[in-house]
Amino acid sequence: MDALHARISRNPAFHALQARRSRLAWTLCAGVLAAYYGFILMIAYAPDIFQKPLHTGTSITLGVAWGAAVVVISVGLTGVYVWRANREFDHLNARILEEAHREPLA
Amino acid sequence: MPLNARLLVLLAGTILPLATFAQAPAPKRELNTIAIGMFVVFVLISLGITFWAARRTRSTSDFLAAGGRISGFQNGLAITGDWVSSAALMGIAALIYSTGFDGLIYSVVPFGAWPLMMFLMADRLRNLGKYTIADIVSVRFARIPMRTLISLSSLVFVVGYLIVQMVGAGTLISNLFGIDYTAAQVIIGILIVLYVAFGGMIATTYVQLVKAVLLLSGASFICFAALFHFDWSVDSLYAGAISNHPQGIRIMQPGGLLTDPVSAFSCGLMLLLGGAAMPHVLMRFFTVPDARQARLSVFYAASFIGYFYLLTFVIGYAAIAMVMKDPRFLDANGLITGGPNMAAIHLSEAVGGSFFLGFISAVAFATIVAVVAGLTIAGASAISHDLYANIFRHGKATDDQVVKVSRISAVCLGAFGVVLGIAFKDQNIAYMITIPFTVSSSVFFPILFLSMYWRGLTTRGAVTGGAVGLGLGVILLFLGPTIWGEILGHGEGIFPYKYPALFTIIASFLTMIVVSKLDDSPRAKRERAEFDDQFVRSQTGVGAEAPAQH
Repeated sequence: MDALHARISRNPAFHALQARRSRLAWTLCAGVLAAYYGFILMIAYAPDIFQKPLHTGTSITLGVAWGAAVVVISVGLTGVYVWRANREFDHLNARILEEAHREPLA
Repeated sequence: MPLNARLLVLLAGTILPLATFAQAPAPKRELNTIAIGMFVVFVLISLGITFWAARRTRSTSDFLAAGGRISGFQNGLAITGDWVSSAALMGIAALIYSTGFDGLIYSVVPFGAWPLMMFLMADRLRNLGKYTIADIVSVRFARIPMRTLISLSSLVFVVGYLIVQMVGAGTLISNLFGIDYTAAQVIIGILIVLYVAFGGMIATTYVQLVKAVLLLSGASFICFAALFHFDWSVDSLYAGAISNHPQGIRIMQPGGLLTDPVSAFSCGLMLLLGGAAMPHVLMRFFTVPDARQARLSVFYAASFIGYFYLLTFVIGYAAIAMVMKDPRFLDANGLITGGPNMAAIHLSEAVGGSFFLGFISAVAFATIVAVVAGLTIAGASAISHDLYANIFRHGKATDDQVVKVSRISAVCLGAFGVVLGIAFKDQNIAYMITIPFTVSSSVFFPILFLSMYWRGLTTRGAVTGGAVGLGLGVILLFLGPTIWGEILGHGEGIFPYKYPALFTIIASFLTMIVVSKLDDSPRAKRERAEFDDQFVRSQTGVGAEAPAQH
């Protein structure tokens, strides 16, 4: 393994960052997939529920509202990831790289 | 005055009389001249951009990655441009116009790819790649077999996508502008070659950006003008649509599009994974300076595309409410003139008059040109950077040579696109969009995902699995209900499902895993050992080549 890479991977901060980032990514992924496959599976197995109006007296159905919600949720969760990555992870990453570069390589 | 400037003035001069002429009463001519005039304006602006970009394009990095100097916001718009084609505006409106809710499924389902791309791919891809997705898998795998597979699959992807766009474009343009189908193909071909061959990624990006802004503003105007017509009430707009449509309330609920669960699941997975691994979108991650801007560009793109899809929720139903019973847009049989694909176009006339109709037609044309340009540069990069520089020249080609091969490839791809567009004229090409998505979801996604997430993947596993995904995809599409059943006239397909992706994705992943597990060659051992290096680099970006520094 490359000496610089080896030094980074010995740094516990690297593993902590990596774990936090993947936990966030997979949690958000699960959220998106739930909304998304919820939508598809409802269409395939329970289309009747999707034809119910959102509330009485409206022509907006549950299906249309859910569809719009999937789009909004997807954008929102993408935003959450970018916000955390750009505010938090990038700083931690920069610190890890700085530490790795600080001492000269043997 | 330099020649270019004089030419600009001359061309600009010809637009003004066209626009005044457009005030004349003859209705059909009116449409054509305004639309053509506006399209000429777009062409002039985009050629100006190309001229400016050509002077800034010197190295391979300039040509294939715009020198890494695009900002996250600009890139977000350019990605939006790559993703949202005219098919999205007119096709989704047409589907909603005919079937109601089922059309919405086409808006919602592909969008799931965006967050997935962000969470699972964006950071790591950006840290590992340079110009193309083949770079990512070349970090720890054997260069020649991997690049051959990825670049050939990229070309299958690009050509499949290109045929859909070119044929759709020809039909649309001859409908909108009243010009000949072949002439439309040639105009598109010439523009693409000019943009890509001279301006490279810089010109392609800015053309894409301008078009994205035009398309988003045009669609917004249609949406809000229609809502204004219904006193800003989505509810009464939907009520108007329900009372106009022969299927009544059924347009607000799922119909027959995805009735069997296997098709629903397969189509969903194809769009989800395929959309997250499209080479012409992913290569845009390398046009920005760093990972932070790459993430921002995905977020901006997701916001713009999501916004656009939400607009289609209104536009499609507004077309039912405002066009379906308006005699101006119906033929002698009471059907919509020009077919359902014209629903959005007629709606633009209903809400904005003939001037706005001209604007939307010009935007539709511009959109097609820009999308084809984006595909062409992705194809050119697969040829020049992957096949030529890395496989034939073993990485020893000079910058000048790579740029030259890129330019030649762009010219050839443009010409090839025109030939294909003419050859596939009058064919039912809607099914063809499943070709690129099947390739992307069963070749690119499994290879990229496993190479970044699984230590055990080896070259042998990846190449075998990718080839299985590609081959099986092509075979099952051929034997499926659309090609074997409808086009070859056998009634039914030997393979019963329209979307083979579920099967090809599973086959591809399984083959990669099994073959890699069985692979105990020295190279496989080395590749597994190199995972740690690759992992550190993919997480931190250390050692990643900054695209700007070449």
